[in-house]
Amino acid sequence: MRPRTTNGIVRPRTLQSSVLRGLLFLVLGLFCLYYLIPLIVMISTSLKSLTEIREGTLISLPREITFDAWSKAWESACVGVRCDGLKPFMWNSIAMAVPAVLLSTTLGAINGYALTKWRFPGANWIFALILFGAFIPFQVVLLPMARTLGQLGLAGTVPGLILVHTVYGLAFTTLFFRNFFIGVSDGIVKAAQIDGAGFFGIFFKIVLPMSIPAIVVTVIWQFTQIWNDFLFGVAFTIGDSNPVTVALNNVVNTSTGVKEYNVDMAAAIIAALPTMLVYVVAGAYFVRGLSAGSMKG
Amino acid sequence: MIERPGRHRPGRFSEMSDAPSFSLRTGHWFERHLPKIVVLPLFALSLFFVYGFIAWTAYISLTPSGIMPNYELQGFAQYERLWATPRWYVAITNLFVFTSLFIVISMAIGILLAILLDQRVRAEGLIRTIYLYPMALSFIVTGTVWKWILNPGLGIENLVRKAGFEDFTFDWLVNSDYAIYTLVIAAVWQSSGYAMALFLAGLRSVDDEILKAAAVDGASSWKTYTSIVLPILRPVFLSTVIILAHLAIKSFDLVVALTGGGPGYATDMPATFMYAFAFQRSELGVAAASATIMLMTITAIIVPYLYSELRKTGQ
Repeated sequence: MRPRTTNGIVRPRTLQSSVLRGLLFLVLGLFCLYYLIPLIVMISTSLKSLTEIREGTLISLPREITFDAWSKAWESACVGVRCDGLKPFMWNSIAMAVPAVLLSTTLGAINGYALTKWRFPGANWIFALILFGAFIPFQVVLLPMARTLGQLGLAGTVPGLILVHTVYGLAFTTLFFRNFFIGVSDGIVKAAQIDGAGFFGIFFKIVLPMSIPAIVVTVIWQFTQIWNDFLFGVAFTIGDSNPVTVALNNVVNTSTGVKEYNVDMAAAIIAALPTMLVYVVAGAYFVRGLSAGSMKG
Repeated sequence: MIERPGRHRPGRFSEMSDAPSFSLRTGHWFERHLPKIVVLPLFALSLFFVYGFIAWTAYISLTPSGIMPNYELQGFAQYERLWATPRWYVAITNLFVFTSLFIVISMAIGILLAILLDQRVRAEGLIRTIYLYPMALSFIVTGTVWKWILNPGLGIENLVRKAGFEDFTFDWLVNSDYAIYTLVIAAVWQSSGYAMALFLAGLRSVDDEILKAAAVDGASSWKTYTSIVLPILRPVFLSTVIILAHLAIKSFDLVVALTGGGPGYATDMPATFMYAFAFQRSELGVAAASATIMLMTITAIIVPYLYSELRKTGQ
């Protein structure tokens, strides 16, 4: 048996430590179940028929797997008065999230770069004032935003939501890039300046290529935030222009007709798929975004 | 309003004095001021959409606005109406109960899991991924799945009854005294992994030498954690509390998806209260007053935190 090392100190494996080790894995395993069971319940319910749901229990696995609930959730479930499933609303969310993510990330990158590598008097104040926007409760801007969107002719439209998410995402993206650029040596920028490169030249040729990790973190964070947003979606869109989170809520919380739990679950999974996919593929970057959100870049 | 950020420091004649000093070609005014010219419109966006809008909302809260904004100042009458509304008291009480339980339970789970995961666990990456995935979900999805799990007829209650406990009841979701706790259950499920990640990052940043020294001195691991590691992590505690409090005060989606604020308005929170008064009952003045109070609450928590964080990073 190999001796186990703890923080560089070699300790023999005793009975007591084996028991503790077993307990450790037991607790960790139980918590894995705690986090996974809702997902398992969601998937298994979505694959059952309604009769099977009524006869079985929450955790009984489907006897007969059926994808009816999935196809209904995707293309024929009723969202309000429209019965085309979540499909059109998924497109709304994509049409909203992609431009909003690109815009807010680009602007945040330039902003963070200018505020850290080209410090001018007051730059820190500007940053602090912009940053505060990341933390306000958005209830405080709902009413004036609704009026502004109305005046711009963007009320109830996807472009309106793109504007909203870009504006309020800017605080986060600026924070992420500022935290990243602060760690980048000023010397690189100064050297390039002596070589005659200008603000944008340095940005595109030198700074941007080395910011790929920051870009990935920011894009993932913004995508998750914007895709999962509900407040702006429900406040500023109506019916056909709803993002998928609002449509999902409408599917689940309608009071008409038979409650189809399997369709609800399938719809929930469909709405969650894009962000789950991002999380599975790029989880490490997602976690970095979370900790940057706590300002511990 | 504000033309140049640089002008806002009195007594500065040379605006570029802090900037890299190689813009020797002083004639190139544009090139020299380009960083400011780039930041300015973005700053203006923030001024308008954040501060301008806050000012508008705060102003409206001081007017008799109902369905339409009315710009005649009337003082604090809307705040008096707000505090005389029983539903607002329910919302504030709920916020307090929800926030404290949510923070305490999430932190407890977060610390426990972080310490356990810090014991050189083999499949750590996988386990971490499992603990944290709920954070990638929308609160609407979380609300939907927990609404199903907590469904009185077909959820946990049904499960336990079919397991042989015929009299088991678990109807918190539709019980106005207990519905608020279902929100805690779902929110903890979603966010405790986040607390774990923050604590784990904190634990990993503790200097190994300190731990070795403690081990050499014969301190047990329990003692090492309670008397050495956790005190070092104090700043992490603080930031985790603030992040969780911030999440809790903003919580809107989860309430809408899980309980809809019901039964009745038993699980209303300030965020749903504001939404209902603004968009369903068209009482702009009261809605604006409640939003302003939410803002002041968050500001009181966030501004000191941001201030200390910004100072720490050498700003």
